Amino acid sequence: MEKNPDKKHPGGVSRRDFIKGMGTGALGTAVLPPLLGQTIATRKGRVPVYDKKTITLTVNGKKASLTVEPNETLLDVLRDRLDLAGTKKICDRGECGGCTVLLDRAPVYACMYLAIRADGKAVKTVEGLAEGEKLHPVQEAFIEKDGYQCGFCTPGFLMTTSAFLEKNPAPSLDEIKQALSGNLCRCGNYAKIYGAVDAAARKMRGA
Amino acid sequence: MNTKAPDYRLIGKPTRRIDGREVVTGRATYTQDIKLKDMLIGKILRSPHAAAEVVSIDLAPALALPGVFAALKLAEGKVRYAGQQVAAVAAVDERTAEKALSRIKVEYKTLPYVVDWEKARDASAPQVRDGKGNVEKFNEYSRGDVEKGFAEADVVVERTYRTAFEIHNPAETHGSVAYWEGDHLVVYDSTQNIHGVRDGLARTLKVPAANVTVIKKYMGGGFGSKLGLNEHTVAAANLARETRRPVKILLSRRDNAVCVGYRPSSLQTYKVGAKKDGSLTAFSLVNYASGGVGAGDEVSEPVVDIYKCPNCKVEEFTVFTNTGASRATRAPGHTQGALGLEGVMDELAAALEMDPLELRKKNYSTRNLGDTGLPYSTKGLDMCYELGAKAIGWERRNRKPGEGSGPVRRGIGVATSIWFGAGVPGTLADIVLYPDMSVEVVCGTQDLGTGTRTHMAVVAAETLGLEPKDITVKLGNSDYPWAPLSGGSLTTPSVAPAVRDAALKAVDRLKAVAAARLKVAADDVAMGDRKFFAKSAPEKTVVFADVYRDLRRETPFHGERTGYPGDAYAFNTFGAHFAEVDVNVETGRIRVLKHVAAHDSGQIINKLTAESQVVGAVTQGLSAGLFEERVMDDTTGNPVNPNLCDYKIATSLDIPEITPIFVDIVDTRLNNLGTKGLGEPPRIPSSAAIANAVYNAIGVHVREIPMTPQRVLAALKRKEAGS
Repeated sequence: MEKNPDKKHPGGVSRRDFIKGMGTGALGTAVLPPLLGQTIATRKGRVPVYDKKTITLTVNGKKASLTVEPNETLLDVLRDRLDLAGTKKICDRGECGGCTVLLDRAPVYACMYLAIRADGKAVKTVEGLAEGEKLHPVQEAFIEKDGYQCGFCTPGFLMTTSAFLEKNPAPSLDEIKQALSGNLCRCGNYAKIYGAVDAAARKMRGA
Repeated sequence: MNTKAPDYRLIGKPTRRIDGREVVTGRATYTQDIKLKDMLIGKILRSPHAAAEVVSIDLAPALALPGVFAALKLAEGKVRYAGQQVAAVAAVDERTAEKALSRIKVEYKTLPYVVDWEKARDASAPQVRDGKGNVEKFNEYSRGDVEKGFAEADVVVERTYRTAFEIHNPAETHGSVAYWEGDHLVVYDSTQNIHGVRDGLARTLKVPAANVTVIKKYMGGGFGSKLGLNEHTVAAANLARETRRPVKILLSRRDNAVCVGYRPSSLQTYKVGAKKDGSLTAFSLVNYASGGVGAGDEVSEPVVDIYKCPNCKVEEFTVFTNTGASRATRAPGHTQGALGLEGVMDELAAALEMDPLELRKKNYSTRNLGDTGLPYSTKGLDMCYELGAKAIGWERRNRKPGEGSGPVRRGIGVATSIWFGAGVPGTLADIVLYPDMSVEVVCGTQDLGTGTRTHMAVVAAETLGLEPKDITVKLGNSDYPWAPLSGGSLTTPSVAPAVRDAALKAVDRLKAVAAARLKVAADDVAMGDRKFFAKSAPEKTVVFADVYRDLRRETPFHGERTGYPGDAYAFNTFGAHFAEVDVNVETGRIRVLKHVAAHDSGQIINKLTAESQVVGAVTQGLSAGLFEERVMDDTTGNPVNPNLCDYKIATSLDIPEITPIFVDIVDTRLNNLGTKGLGEPPRIPSSAAIANAVYNAIGVHVREIPMTPQRVLAALKRKEAGS
């Protein structure tokens, strides 16, 4: 392994793994300290260089303040720091939609979103979908139509669906398929999920 | 035997999952979500080399890192695939554990390797195993005289079909959390086999099985990749023992492509002979399969069993390569075998100018010819053909494959499945009745997302005259009564009859208690509307609550799934799929429009979740048929697509209209509910039916899955060239 550094990671290092590794890697320790607290020039203007940053989020209606590393993802912060384990980690690189949460009402992949960027924003996770014991119509519909099997991708589908139906309360089947295309269900239950989304739309419209 | 389904109140009807609320609120606890006090995070260092001698492993730099509590060497001597475990660490958090892994110094002496399974067949290829060749025969079978059979045939067709390496990729990666309470080991594991993992841990760690508890509340899929004890689970238990703290190890998505299995590839050459009227005279199959450092799959069960053919010969070879070992993948061997067998049946039908469905019916077998020669106790395949053909509109198919015109060609295809699914006698389940009228059903089975919890509640509620929501189901703990692994479509036909047995015993007791209250004979007591009453005097009633209270204490009833007459009959499940596709002959792109899946799995317990099983299996078959293929890189010995982006799986945009059909044939010889397994059967013929529909559309069989546009276009070129 040492003799052939080119083959050190034959599986390839993704850009994302690289970014995630920076904070604790050689670059993080060698380059960052002199710049900490300063700003550096980027194509989008000057941005501040953080070591750690204290951020404030509104998560499911509750304010949370915590200090995060600059390379911590929103997903890890939700799961590991805020004990909101309903949001699942499936691919951890923006391929499957399993960790979809709503950020200021728009769906985002929490594994691809750095926690520092969420500072000051409102996050809604699957734990915040129901109002107390009253399920959201999307949750009800997923149970009624058996819109899941193992349930692991379900929180992501629920969040995508709830945001989608806010925008499009009466979708066609094709629109439903398009809207769900960023969420993978390995059990392959899509055909049932279409029915669940349609039923949820009807419930929300009162139809 | 009466095979008509009884008029049940709940069984066979759609019932919503009793754990639905847990799942949709995010409260369901998966192994990934387990967080215990003082828990450490374990990580495993894996070999980047496909073959190497591990010269030395230096853990000291990792152990010197603050926050690292333990490190283990896991490899000795040779590693034989990239991804094989080499060392492990336990640290305060994931980042520290990752950093610690990067500090472990491993000296490797790299060795020649082979990851291309076709190259591995060359005599000059590097040997995967010491002192043994890479090709090994692992199965042979023969009945009759195939040479004589081929000589008698009017038409002989010989074709080769190929299937790819398919990765299970369950949504939840494999993971375990282990901790010790004194000398008792508790493990949360994402597993399809809590009892098997318990026994495996006991053997490996040399502790009594009675001192090991394995728990699995919810799991994010398995599909066969979580059937046994995993190496990382042993590592977690050892790290926990050393640190005296809970240790959690979760595998990464990449790990799923390198060290926890996949469906073996296959290269199947069939030769089939038939008379002009379609009667089969001989079948031969030579299969090469590769399961890396593990075994290939037997793909021959379908050819040996499905059709009435007097002469049949099979030889199967496994090809070893320097990749991780294969594992059972939903209907192992059968999905591959169905693609080949059902493909060659369609190519034979074309050569005979015969309707492919008629050819299948012509060779319908009422006996299990391969295994035992015994008659099938029940076989509803004929009904599957009939109902499925009607639902798809079979008469709309091209009479001659590829007879349509224009850039987009439409076609319809059929394929057949046979599978096991009788369940396991000896499965245990308890029902506990409480004086406050709560009811518990306890079984050491596991719910993979198939709906086992709800099945158990449905059977108990049906029998006890209650509703599913009245039942508290306990499963997923190896301290509970024994049940088999959840694989092989075993769970429902094992567990449901055991629950039924316990519930029937509970009803007997309740009736006896009610009889004392009603002052009538126990056999005069009947049940209905949450009351017991005397049949001889229906005005005499006592409500359930009073009878349960008379039990005075919680009262357990032990149920068992009993045996079946396997020496007199064969018990199998059957299915037939019909697919309709459009194929663009300019781009090679396939769209599946409709998929009808007709199944004989005996008595269905919950129609709602049964339909989901079928929908999911059809979708996975479509995914494998069109998209899925693990690709190995010769130059690094590693997979090039160990993720969910480059390893393509079906999305919501690829899904056709799917119609599940159940032929309700209740096999009361098999168990007290006449139920058989369903998990695997609908996965078996799904890719094959699509491949045959593509053949019907374009007039040439692609003969290889996944049927990528490139392969479809290559097949069309082959057609043009007339080969």
